[in-house]
Amino acid sequence: MPRHDVLVIGAGLAGQRAALAAAEEGVSVGIVSKVHPVRSHSNAAQGGINAALQEGDSWESHAFDTVKGSDYLGDQDAIEIMCREAPEEILHLEHLGVTFHRNDEGRLGTRAFGGASQARTYYVADITGQAIMHVLYEQLMKHSELISRYEEYFTTGLVLDDDGNCAGAVMRNVSDGTMELFEAENVILATGGNGQVWQPTTNALICTGDGIAMAYRVGAPLMDMEMIQYHPTTLAKKGFLITEGARGEGALLLNAKGERFMETYAPNKMELASRDVVSRAEQTEINEGRGFPDGTVALDITVVPRKRIHEALREIVLVGRDFAGVDITREPIRIKPGNHYAMGGVKTDVNGATSIPGLYAAGEAACVSVHGGNRLGANSLLDTLIFGRRAGQHSATRAKQIEAGRPSSAALADEERRIAELIGRDRGKGRRASEVRKELGEAMDQHVAVFRDAEGIKTALETVKRLQEESRSAYIDDLGAVFNQDVLGAIELGFMLDCAECSCVAALHRTESRGAQYRTDFPERNDEEWLKHIDLTRDSDGPEISYSPVTITQWQPMERTY
Amino acid sequence: MPDYTLKVRRYQPESGEGAYWQEFKVDLDPDLSVLDGLLQVRDREDGSLVVRCSCRAAICGSCGMKINGRSTLGCKTQIAEAHEQANRRNGGTEPIVVEPMANMPVIKDLVTDMESTHWTKIRRVTPWLLPEGDPPEREYVVPPESMIDITQSMACIQCGACVSSCLSLEVDPEFIGPAALAKAYRFVGDPRDAEARGRLYDLAQDPHGIYDCTHCFSCVDACPKDVAPMDQIMRLRRIAGDDHDIDDVNNGRRHESAFTKIIEKKGTLDESLLLQESYAQGVKGKLIPTPGAIKGLVGSLPTAVRGLRTGKMRSLAKLIPGVHEKLPGDAQEHVQRIYTHAEEHREELNLYISGEEELEPEPDEAETPTPEAAIEPEPDEEGGR
Repeated sequence: MPRHDVLVIGAGLAGQRAALAAAEEGVSVGIVSKVHPVRSHSNAAQGGINAALQEGDSWESHAFDTVKGSDYLGDQDAIEIMCREAPEEILHLEHLGVTFHRNDEGRLGTRAFGGASQARTYYVADITGQAIMHVLYEQLMKHSELISRYEEYFTTGLVLDDDGNCAGAVMRNVSDGTMELFEAENVILATGGNGQVWQPTTNALICTGDGIAMAYRVGAPLMDMEMIQYHPTTLAKKGFLITEGARGEGALLLNAKGERFMETYAPNKMELASRDVVSRAEQTEINEGRGFPDGTVALDITVVPRKRIHEALREIVLVGRDFAGVDITREPIRIKPGNHYAMGGVKTDVNGATSIPGLYAAGEAACVSVHGGNRLGANSLLDTLIFGRRAGQHSATRAKQIEAGRPSSAALADEERRIAELIGRDRGKGRRASEVRKELGEAMDQHVAVFRDAEGIKTALETVKRLQEESRSAYIDDLGAVFNQDVLGAIELGFMLDCAECSCVAALHRTESRGAQYRTDFPERNDEEWLKHIDLTRDSDGPEISYSPVTITQWQPMERTY
Repeated sequence: MPDYTLKVRRYQPESGEGAYWQEFKVDLDPDLSVLDGLLQVRDREDGSLVVRCSCRAAICGSCGMKINGRSTLGCKTQIAEAHEQANRRNGGTEPIVVEPMANMPVIKDLVTDMESTHWTKIRRVTPWLLPEGDPPEREYVVPPESMIDITQSMACIQCGACVSSCLSLEVDPEFIGPAALAKAYRFVGDPRDAEARGRLYDLAQDPHGIYDCTHCFSCVDACPKDVAPMDQIMRLRRIAGDDHDIDDVNNGRRHESAFTKIIEKKGTLDESLLLQESYAQGVKGKLIPTPGAIKGLVGSLPTAVRGLRTGKMRSLAKLIPGVHEKLPGDAQEHVQRIYTHAEEHREELNLYISGEEELEPEPDEAETPTPEAAIEPEPDEEGGR
């Protein structure tokens, strides 16, 4: 039975950074991922990573932009930490070998990004996430004596000891189907977001909210689950991402009449307003008939010099060519807002600790909350690295101080039974698991998206509850042990349904408009009643609602214009 | 929506049966991908069909597979395109053939064991930065173009398509291979790395190293991210040979230089001179060959005999040094001009710098078309790369 002081679940940026940080403290570290680490979704972060590192910039300015971007729902103590520590983290990555873009003097160069008062986004062409993640994986390979890698191990559930401390997790080795209990004094959830709950989404097929749901199931509160970011520039049919970096480089948004409509919605920042603002503007244009017949508007990148496009936006050239048949250097590309990011997640403190001793969370799975109602572009990579590192360090320190509890061995048997039951279900009695998943995605995208109202959210919530019921008898085809993706898909479906229920409940409960939550029946922000987080804790019949205050240090809420 | 047929090579290890072919009908929009087709099969018909996949957008590198015999990504291949390709290859209405990647063991259906092959080779090249001493207080100051340059290698998503397509690997499974060598260039080309020479020496001396590539372009063709692994291997060779003067025990450097010298002189390859020039450059009538060269020449005799016996070497006249067909007209001068240009400029075809096609002349830009682009303007690809 593998046993580690710190067990990291998920091997994207947050997970890898956490593992490396914990190993530096000299404790035994294991990192588990249901896919090979370099397949993780941090790859998809194209545009860059924010830090106030240049002369003339300050962490306070970065922090204020983040607070304002969050529509004042972000916790300012956490935001301060993130922005203060950002420059050092960028330099650390550079020293490890990330091939950041340089200016003419050979020093780190920046590009402009949405919602930022300065060009403070550091980048590698438009493959920033991929470049950083592959460099971190280089470091994992380098330190393989300190960090055990369990690649293609699927976590089915967390295990607590008798005192309620997190003490490990149950794993299924994907390649042969064997189940094992991994003991750990500390578990860090770095399992990413839950974008697959919505269809379409920019998120990868693996982004099924596993960690969020597993933490919720063992009693850890979730926070800000109603805050779901729709990215302003995604491809119409497939939902693929076109980086905000394109607008950072000067690309324009045009409606079907060729008007630069952001003049109306954000006269100062134009295309580089916050994402929630730009997405709402686009959706308004589309809803009011000024979009194209396929429900899109246009992103015109042709205004950027071609040499610059090839150097800095090459991935987008490929996405346009391969997935839309458009040469973006020559013609505008059709885009629309699409599901992109979960601001909410497992509630943690600034060290990544959850309410359950020994259980940590970092990255998109977690909610610190630095993004509040709306995440700024290029702040997510930063979030993963800063809070991944802090969780790694803090859990390693804790490992040195505590006496480990023992997880109950019944947990393994329970999980094995659960999977056996799933595989043994009658085919043909219930629905196919894949059908349930599809219906979930469509309902959520229809009702819990850019514009919401009580009626729509209720419809979605009812659908989710029905699907939860149906998923209990939903069947699969693959009954084998080796690489049974079918059974893993059914487990993921359960995770997704938990996440969906929480998002619906929180969105329905917050009767105001703030950040990504725009209620057409409550169109104003209401600081008096709603300057607070919604926390959700699992109860026998669904999420139980409580509140926690927003931490305000130096920036009082103001009207938010761009 | 149009119907397509996918003919999938399946292998279910727990069934006790060998691999078999199975056809599936799918209906989806022509601009969706082969992966979308496979996922439709999985969702609607047979959940036991397995394929690694995640991003669906050619970023994560999970869905390397062979489609109609070509190594590529399932998500990046449009189903209509694959359908046309199948018909073009076979004539009539043929199904789209989908197989697991080659040069690695199959675990189940389209899932291969990349750990024992691809990742082992990646680890072979010491895949992490080896800087000298402690890092500076701020960032390393490096030429901006050097970072753009190695970004082409960093763009590798480790999908294994190049490994699957590699003809050298088929013959020599121990070849370090295109992906790992492209990864090696990412460090050799990085000014922050202090071990470039050591890395190059290691990769040149290894009999399965940089000189084991046969320059067949398969990996360049297969790579879904335009990393052009073979180009990176050639750059490793140039830097090892020209900049670091590393002579390898495999005679790779001299063989390559013999190749280029003969073509410079004659316009095309005079194979009668190749062995001699590879092992004992400039020997003919001038110098006395070294014992090593004689050993090399003698050692190559079986190859020559095999060439004759198998009919690969068809013309006996070609064995006589100096008897070689001249290029017509002033073609020979053209060839020499290419050499001159290449020597003067030493430009690398890097898509992060030059883009897809020949750049339109931009008077305010110092950038000129790369020699490769100038010689062969690339028409719009219909096969998709």
